[in-house]
Amino acid sequence: MNHEPRTMNYLIPFFTIIPLGAAFLISLFGKRIKGLPDFLANLGSFSLLALSLYSIFLVIGGRTLVYKVGGWAPPFGICMVLDALSTFMLVTVNLVSFLVTVYCINYMEKYSDKYKFYTLFMLMLAGMNGIIITGDLFNLFVFLEIASISSYALVAFGTEAEELEASFKYAVMGSVASSFILLGIALLYSYTSTLNMADISGVLAEKQPATLVNFIAVLFLAGFGLKAALVPFHAWLPDAHPSAPAPISAMLSGVLIKVLGVYALMRIFFNLLGVNNTILSLFLFLGAISMLVGVFLAIGQWDFKRLLAYHSVSQIGYVILGIGLGTPLGVLGGLFHLFNHSLFKSLLFLNSGAVDYSLGTRDLQKMGGLREKMPVTAATNLIASMSIAGVPPFNGFWSKLIIILACLQVNRFGYAICAVLASILTLASFMKVQKYAFLGKFSEKLKTIKEVPLAMKLSMVILAIICIFAGALLLPLFKGFLDSAVNVLLLNNYKEAVFKAAI
Amino acid sequence: MSEYLLCLFLLCIGLYCVLRKRNIIKIIIGLGIIEYAVNLFLVLAGYRVHGRAPILAKDQEILNIVDPLPQALVLTSIVIGLAITALVVAIAIRIYEKYGTFDITKIRRLRG
Repeated sequence: MNHEPRTMNYLIPFFTIIPLGAAFLISLFGKRIKGLPDFLANLGSFSLLALSLYSIFLVIGGRTLVYKVGGWAPPFGICMVLDALSTFMLVTVNLVSFLVTVYCINYMEKYSDKYKFYTLFMLMLAGMNGIIITGDLFNLFVFLEIASISSYALVAFGTEAEELEASFKYAVMGSVASSFILLGIALLYSYTSTLNMADISGVLAEKQPATLVNFIAVLFLAGFGLKAALVPFHAWLPDAHPSAPAPISAMLSGVLIKVLGVYALMRIFFNLLGVNNTILSLFLFLGAISMLVGVFLAIGQWDFKRLLAYHSVSQIGYVILGIGLGTPLGVLGGLFHLFNHSLFKSLLFLNSGAVDYSLGTRDLQKMGGLREKMPVTAATNLIASMSIAGVPPFNGFWSKLIIILACLQVNRFGYAICAVLASILTLASFMKVQKYAFLGKFSEKLKTIKEVPLAMKLSMVILAIICIFAGALLLPLFKGFLDSAVNVLLLNNYKEAVFKAAI
Repeated sequence: MSEYLLCLFLLCIGLYCVLRKRNIIKIIIGLGIIEYAVNLFLVLAGYRVHGRAPILAKDQEILNIVDPLPQALVLTSIVIGLAITALVVAIAIRIYEKYGTFDITKIRRLRG
């Protein structure tokens, strides 16, 4: 058998086959065989993680792999593209989702229909992986809808009044956004007569700049911006993310908004439509506004998960700010912050789930002194809080530093000051969490609480360890991983890379 | 041209319905109208005047064909729309059980 990397492209569809197959088997047999849903979901997400780590070696040195679905070469058929940026996103998504499924083994015991939960979870994962690897614009829309619909259902999973309300809001806003995206795709198809993403970028590069392309850009910005919860479109997020079960909040805030929103925006604007200064300054503006509005709204919250959800809006602002700079250093900072945020935000949500599991409350005022009774949760939460606030040895510091330096490099002092200010306010609001939840006086009512079970502890500890050491990705040895992802966005040779790989 | 205007008009009706109506069932219908407007646009994008379906048959030469791809896309999009509608209606029924009303202004337990 030939192990030359270019011939390994048959591995690419497995990123969607594995979760879809797992979802199918779990829904079919999960009710009858006890323990099967846990086993299949963990096996599925572990093999996805292994596959995505392996694919780093396949794309090393900026190589691109293309899988032609049904053997139809682009631009005619649907193709799946694995390049450095997709690999970066796949590693992020599957790392978080594996640790979350480990956490679910214990956490989801309190819900009755565990197998339905895992089915939806795996469908959501299939949708996200599909968005990342697809090379066809309409296919991207279909996967986007798979991920969105399963996330609407997962938000409502507890079927309490608040959860249903949040899910309804999320579903209505999400499907309006999807319609905008579909309208954008229809317009782009009628303008370029192709749906293959590489081909579209080629056709658009040959044509004269037109007003229609700007209109399409606005449609995509509104649609994907709503999915990413950028500030004018963020209203659904603080309701939807806290209402879901804690592992799902970790997935939604950790990776879903990044794949559906940020990744799709990056891919479409940088690789397809092409960026100009107007779009970049729009990104910068939206990013800065999200950063500040998110953090200001977060400070006043007393619901632990709602506070975290507002911080997601704020941190997505950092990512968009970094990418909007359009310089290699800025995009590097944005991507690195995307990776870091998915780690520490999912860890924070898992912590909030652990507190909820033991105490049965999310209200910060009813907690206090949990450090003595729940040492693992308290320690991991301290690490995650310092990461998100940007305290030096932890990963959040490095990515924020790069973004701020990139702002200074292109003389955007105002945005640099915004980033520093948002970081200070983040620190303040997480000091509040530490003070009220984990330090302070131990109330008599909480005497009977215990630390959470093993699987939950395990996944929180692993995430915390990764948070401490993720800064090492900037070392010269590992930096190629990030740099080649940046090159995919900035080198402007997406079309050539895909067509060359498809031969 | 008038077809495209109709399409835009439908989209505006749908958006108005989603944004302004208080009954959640009407909001769901508004979502459906937006869906149909976009689907109609997709079909119109592939339409050619006096065109016909590109079916290959003996002794026939088709000069003016309708683009079949958008029609395939619309089929997919209709199925997706059905899934969303089914889910949202199911949620609406549950909301009615919990809150006893379909009025969106009275379904407000989440704040802040």
